[in-house]
Amino acid sequence: MPEGILCNKTPIKTDEQLKLTLSDSRGTKYYAEMLELEVDSDALWALVQKTLKSRTKTWLEICAHCGLCAESCFLYQVNGRTPKQVPSYKIQSTLGQIVKKKGKVTNEFMRHCMDVAWSQCTCCNRCGMYCPHGIDMGVMFSYLRGLLYSQGFVPWELKIGSGMHRVYRAQMDVTTEDWVETCEWMAEETEEEWPGLEIPVDKQDADIMYTCNAREPKHYPEDVAEAAILFHVAGENWTVPSEGWEQTSLSMFAGDWECCKDNVQNVYDAIERLNPKRAIGTECGHAHRATVIEGPYWTGRPDGLPPRPYIHYVEWLAEALRTGKLKIDPAKRIKEPVTLQDSCNYVRNQGLKDITREIISYIVEPGFFVEMSPNKEHNYCCGGGGGFNGIGMYREQRNVALRKKMDQILDTGCKLVIAPCHNCWDAIRDLEEEYEIGIRWSFLKPLVIGMLDVPEHMLPKDEE
Amino acid sequence: MYDFLTGPMLWLTFAVSFGGLLVRVVLYIKGLSQQLDRVAYRAHMSYGLKGAFNSIISFLNPIGARVWRIRPGFTLMFFAFHIGVVITPIFLIAHNVMLQENLGFSLPALPSGVADFLTWMAVVAGLLLTLRRVAFPEVRILTTGYDYLMMVITLAPFVTGLIARYAIGDYQFWLTAHIITGEIWLLSLPFTKLSHVVLFFMSRAQIGMDYGIKRGGMKGSSLSW
Repeated sequence: MPEGILCNKTPIKTDEQLKLTLSDSRGTKYYAEMLELEVDSDALWALVQKTLKSRTKTWLEICAHCGLCAESCFLYQVNGRTPKQVPSYKIQSTLGQIVKKKGKVTNEFMRHCMDVAWSQCTCCNRCGMYCPHGIDMGVMFSYLRGLLYSQGFVPWELKIGSGMHRVYRAQMDVTTEDWVETCEWMAEETEEEWPGLEIPVDKQDADIMYTCNAREPKHYPEDVAEAAILFHVAGENWTVPSEGWEQTSLSMFAGDWECCKDNVQNVYDAIERLNPKRAIGTECGHAHRATVIEGPYWTGRPDGLPPRPYIHYVEWLAEALRTGKLKIDPAKRIKEPVTLQDSCNYVRNQGLKDITREIISYIVEPGFFVEMSPNKEHNYCCGGGGGFNGIGMYREQRNVALRKKMDQILDTGCKLVIAPCHNCWDAIRDLEEEYEIGIRWSFLKPLVIGMLDVPEHMLPKDEE
Repeated sequence: MYDFLTGPMLWLTFAVSFGGLLVRVVLYIKGLSQQLDRVAYRAHMSYGLKGAFNSIISFLNPIGARVWRIRPGFTLMFFAFHIGVVITPIFLIAHNVMLQENLGFSLPALPSGVADFLTWMAVVAGLLLTLRRVAFPEVRILTTGYDYLMMVITLAPFVTGLIARYAIGDYQFWLTAHIITGEIWLLSLPFTKLSHVVLFFMSRAQIGMDYGIKRGGMKGSSLSW
């Protein structure tokens, strides 16, 4: 069987195919079909020749096999320092072999590559900082994922995830109508407590266009409401687009580069259409990386920048606190030991390390903030990055991966963890579920709302 | 034989070696792609160059990068090896005498005691780096025959040079062996992993530009490697 009905080289492009793949519980049939999936060596090699240029080619060639990357990898550390988890070994024995064999590899080998690419690397890019030659294995694994995806060797959930993006332009089946309704519903609910609050959809020429992660309208609509409250209190002139509101990209984790381009173009089109002064994305790391850091390259923008300044939520929040648009009641500041999770995707990938600490300085009583060790750009992945969190067949490996973050948090002695990234937030929630270390975790939005010094006129009349 | 090896063969070796390395550099730069690498090299050249410089300098400095600071033992071996391997052949007095005779100029020469020390340092560090490949499982799994071959090619001119220098055995034989192994080493540079003598700078500059432009440089974050 060259290609299966569910497991094949064709991306999911229709709702029917999406539902069909979803109905295959846990991907049982999908993975069974994968056992028979034929590798198109010619196409694989042609793709490699077209895309493997200076940077990656040289990395594969000059790797000195010194092993300095070993200790940099949290997966190596938590898996008993087995040599098979050395980043260089992981990439040389997968991508390196595909290149060496000019694409003439077997089905079994491709399935092995899939296991390594999605369960032994979270593309956290930490190893790249520890290689004397500047070899970033995270970048190469991302590249390998693209090759594997093109041949149909991708975990079931991510095939579905990129299919969701292709069909719904969102990582979940949230349609334009669902999204707009959620905004209206949240505005109505929230307005009782915050008179005058609005969630303006498709407002032209606003100062801010806000975009989010589809998990928010789907599973935590209160996050949308919280964003609205903070924009409202800060007096911002803001809007959300009806189309192009979703900035995440499971296709980036899946290696579906064509879909990545389509997603981010959809967001950029919204920017061009509504003409805001700038765009602000929610508390999500990979969404920021997809839309702001990598997205401009997918859509071929020569300056490598989005069409308007596009910032992460932490940047807006720090600014609002710094300029006094949002005021914190000193009595309500956090007065318990609290630590901060640095998201790989906007710290190691865009340098936003100090700005989160600036926020901490406003919302935490001095003396209560405890840094993880190591931290900032040397921090470890939450344990669930790069799609790891969502892949059922690698759950066990993911749970092992969480141990590094668990140890880091335990070492701080804190019971509260601030995690301004959806994926980190999910991973920390899962680690508490799995290991029960007695911690709480939070996004910034609810914490800040809880300690706001709100001007009198903004409070509901009956409370005055 | 000696005249041939230090005459036409030497010039051919230099031409192939340095010419080849230059070709590697040119091809590397030509193969960079904004779209594939996702780095806007042209649009933000000044941020990029700043990042490239920061990246190269940090790794040439034995305390400049975190990886060097947290692994002092390795760092010592690594720098001892590379300093010995690079400095000695360029500034050795015997090499500079040849340079003077052939081209009419020479570089400052190292006192012979220092040259001896640097050569021994390179050889001992090279052997320790090789032992490390056998001793540590995380390095053993990565190591192939090719890695050992590279070490043999690199150390051979130093070992033969030392033997000749101390006049152990037949001086003429060891001198010839030294010249041949030296030329093999030079000829290997562009065609093997030893191309990292230039590609290290290219690769570091590239990732430095990536960090300088996209991964924080433009957000005013200077990365502490």
